Amino acid sequence: MLNKIWPIFIIISYVYAIFNGNVEQINNSVFNSTSSAVELSITFLGTICLWNGIMKIAQNTSIIPKLTKKLKPIINFLFPEMKKNEKAKEEISMNIIANVLGLGNAATPLGLKAMKTMQEENPKKDTVSNSMAMFIVLNTASLQLIPTTVIAIRASLNSANPTQIILPVWGATIVAAIAGITATKIFIKKESKK
Amino acid sequence: MNIINYISSAAIPVIILLIVIYGVMEKNKVFDNFVEGATEGIGIVLKIFPTLIGIFLAVGAIRSSGILDLIIKAISPITSFFGIPSEIMPLALVRPISGSASTAVATDIMTTFGVDSKIGLIASTIMGSTETTFYTIAIYTSCVGIKKIRFVLIAALIADFVGMAFSVILWRFLS
Repeated sequence: MLNKIWPIFIIISYVYAIFNGNVEQINNSVFNSTSSAVELSITFLGTICLWNGIMKIAQNTSIIPKLTKKLKPIINFLFPEMKKNEKAKEEISMNIIANVLGLGNAATPLGLKAMKTMQEENPKKDTVSNSMAMFIVLNTASLQLIPTTVIAIRASLNSANPTQIILPVWGATIVAAIAGITATKIFIKKESKK
Repeated sequence: MNIINYISSAAIPVIILLIVIYGVMEKNKVFDNFVEGATEGIGIVLKIFPTLIGIFLAVGAIRSSGILDLIIKAISPITSFFGIPSEIMPLALVRPISGSASTAVATDIMTTFGVDSKIGLIASTIMGSTETTFYTIAIYTSCVGIKKIRFVLIAALIADFVGMAFSVILWRFLS
């Protein structure tokens, strides 16, 4: 995907900027982007190591099997190929739980872990498997219970009711997630027929 | 508001606390476990770092070149057909690409049109109910070295579009 999209983004933007006299802005953006990537990676290094460590503790206890059991029906429906892979199912449930709780910092490391486990069973190592596709789509739908960032922005802008949007956000999230899951299931079916 | 604030700030400490207590109760070597896990984390960061640089370069280019305004103008006939307010369009386009840029755009929209106006509420709902799709896909695939993503981008963008359209329609009914 990125082999196609990435050059398109760059070529179109740079050419446009050069013809419209925005060269200075684009020049600044080159240096800003590298430093913000480094900044983000340093934050990542901290949070990813932290949550990997915490998760390792959790994996050696009985909490995770208990939670996974509760989510089993949903996970079996979404990831039929992972039915027998307990480790993948555990990591997927932890990622979903972290997402729902709005722990973005925890959800990403857990999600990357789950991807690694699913990759072990993936017959084509350079291509996403069905389960991985479903997992990524699920992660691009923001499944969080309390949209904390938006509430914080709204509060800082002196909204009369910063939390007014919670119910609409739930509605939009659920509708979007159902659309994503349905689309993924349909695409998988279509491809398997070929 | 206070309760929600409390819950969201208590969530992480409570989870860490529960996990550590469980580990101690089941007589595990809790700290050894932690260090072992954290060590694995370093590899993950190293693996996604080059992807991050690349993504940020491309996103920075789009943001600073001014091409976004051109795209918004070009597709305005389609969006007005679907009844999407043009004020929302910058957010709808940036949202899947960049988290920090969309936060900036959303804040800008809320400041300009009023945080509790219909436009402000739509922008808030979109921000709360969507994720940075491109970035998520890039990170999740690069950490395991996947190059071919099949239909994943299309399915994820369908979900984004449906969520955004729902937000617009919902607030039209509510206000």
